[in-house]
Amino acid sequence: MSSGLRFDRVSVAYGGTTVLDSLDLTVEPGEVMALLGPSGSGKTTALRAVAGFVRPAAGRVFIGDRDVTGLPPHRRGIGMVVQQYALFPHMRVEDNVAFGLKAQKAPKDEIRGRVAEALEMTGMAAYARRHPRELSGGQQQRVAIARALAIRPGVLLLDEPLSALDARLRSGMLSELARLHRELPHVSILYVTHDQVEALTLADRIAVMDKARLQDVGTPRELYRAPRTEFTASFVGNANLLPVTVGSGGVDFSGTELKVPTRDAARGTTATLCVRPHLVGLGAGPNALTGSVIEVQWRGATHRLYIEVAGHRVMADLRELRQPPALGDEITVHFGPEDAVLLSAGVTPERSAPVAVRETVGAADQGSRDG
Amino acid sequence: MLVHSRRGKWATWAVFFLLFLPIFALPLLVVLAASFATNWSSAFPSGFTTGHYSVATRGESLQALTTSLVTALTASVLALVVGTWAALAGHALKRGGKRLLDALFMLPVAVPSVVVGLAILVAFSKPPVLLNGTRWIVVLAHAVLVTAFAHQSVSAAIMRLDPAYEQAAASLGARPSYVLWRVRLPLLLPSLTAAAGLCFALSMGELSATMMLYPPDWTPLPVQIYAATDRGALFTGSALAVVLMAATVLVLFAVSRIRTKASYR
Repeated sequence: MSSGLRFDRVSVAYGGTTVLDSLDLTVEPGEVMALLGPSGSGKTTALRAVAGFVRPAAGRVFIGDRDVTGLPPHRRGIGMVVQQYALFPHMRVEDNVAFGLKAQKAPKDEIRGRVAEALEMTGMAAYARRHPRELSGGQQQRVAIARALAIRPGVLLLDEPLSALDARLRSGMLSELARLHRELPHVSILYVTHDQVEALTLADRIAVMDKARLQDVGTPRELYRAPRTEFTASFVGNANLLPVTVGSGGVDFSGTELKVPTRDAARGTTATLCVRPHLVGLGAGPNALTGSVIEVQWRGATHRLYIEVAGHRVMADLRELRQPPALGDEITVHFGPEDAVLLSAGVTPERSAPVAVRETVGAADQGSRDG
Repeated sequence: MLVHSRRGKWATWAVFFLLFLPIFALPLLVVLAASFATNWSSAFPSGFTTGHYSVATRGESLQALTTSLVTALTASVLALVVGTWAALAGHALKRGGKRLLDALFMLPVAVPSVVVGLAILVAFSKPPVLLNGTRWIVVLAHAVLVTAFAHQSVSAAIMRLDPAYEQAAASLGARPSYVLWRVRLPLLLPSLTAAAGLCFALSMGELSATMMLYPPDWTPLPVQIYAATDRGALFTGSALAVVLMAATVLVLFAVSRIRTKASYR
């Protein structure tokens, strides 16, 4: 059963405060869509609107072709995994996994088979007779995923599923989730996270949210290489955001001429130049910037230097240096013209919204053709 | 309070016993001693006999014990069902409605139990609902008096219950009734048994409302104890009191065993 998911101008408000402002977003059948944003950005609210735990003040939610806006949670046919697992503590692992099937009155022998299958898939078959309290955090998370998968949902909702795990377990579970999605190519996944690494690793597309609004949608590559807004640039990966004035065939950064593609930006307007710190090189080269070192951070594989150039901080992530510069040293860094992205002048969230909408409308058309 | 020094610990224990022994333990011990005594002229009872117990555990007294047990069990079950139901319903209400419901259930506790007894006597002495003179009026009064405690402790437990459990269950396709029976009530079981124990203990000791209502063929043990001491049979009264205590403690112990089994974390 492949279904996909669609938000049609969904707004949610709690007592006068809008926590989700007319969200338009389509998740294709079989697609992994990450909702990425800081806390309070409305991403979890969007997920809960799909699950049916919050009622939208306006707009419709579709699962496949079905308008589920008015349906109670138990009639929506979704699988959900939450941050704190919420395994039923009074049931064994196998009963937890069987819960959804029993609730839907599936035939007994079918239940047994599907429970075994779900536990096998998540590598928890050996723990079927245990109680949740006897399992580690990572194992509990696997059981929670098995429980959601056992009902064979068309849509899987994951609400910060890895944030309760420690760093090493998290990267392990991340590849597990990627493998699960390869094994279940027809399941659409809505993945809520504040962690850009999770979003970049897992998602087919990322929806960036901030202040109750959708800021940007695109593939991880698009958002990373060519962010449309300052918010996207700084939230998806690190970014140097330099205030510049557009010239001809380049920009002016506090008196320094930088050769970067200006696309269709008008001459004389102010804009923001986004340069990823790891694309900044040490020494002279094209687009050289000279300044004094104000901070040196050793991060094992890399050194991060903060350099003050004409009153602005420039970050550079450099492969571990044999002889890192001392504080106050005068150094020169550079970046290639193709590694810089000019963000359109004075971009504000309101101005960027139409771009995002155009993107989702196109996706919706495609979705209805598929359905 | 954390006390670290050795002397401080001793001092704390000394204060504890100084307060605990005379106020809580000593009266009970004296009752226990009196129940085995034949004579009580000095500060403490003297002489030894088990004779009072042979009186206290047969005939009329045995009848009274059974009456008390049956009344307390029935009242507790009634109170638990009604209290839990109301607590679950109240949880789904908005703020104002919940407050009103809480206040209504607290009413029988706020009003003196003699008044509750009188009110029930007046209310059910005339048709169409004529309960006066039957054992049901006693059971009803006990249920009314203890429901508040069941309601309050189950309410508190529901408030503490993480909504993530019922939401996870609902997302898996479970109807609300299925979620209630398979997830919420099992998770509430420890608090339900605690509430049941509290209701039972309160009902076993209830005297003031019972005095106004009990029919001649349904005399609970506290009434029997009161009657015995009233006519000067202090030793028999003490033996009856010890039997009442022992029966209550035994049932509470059994309930707490269920509770340990039912707590998962």
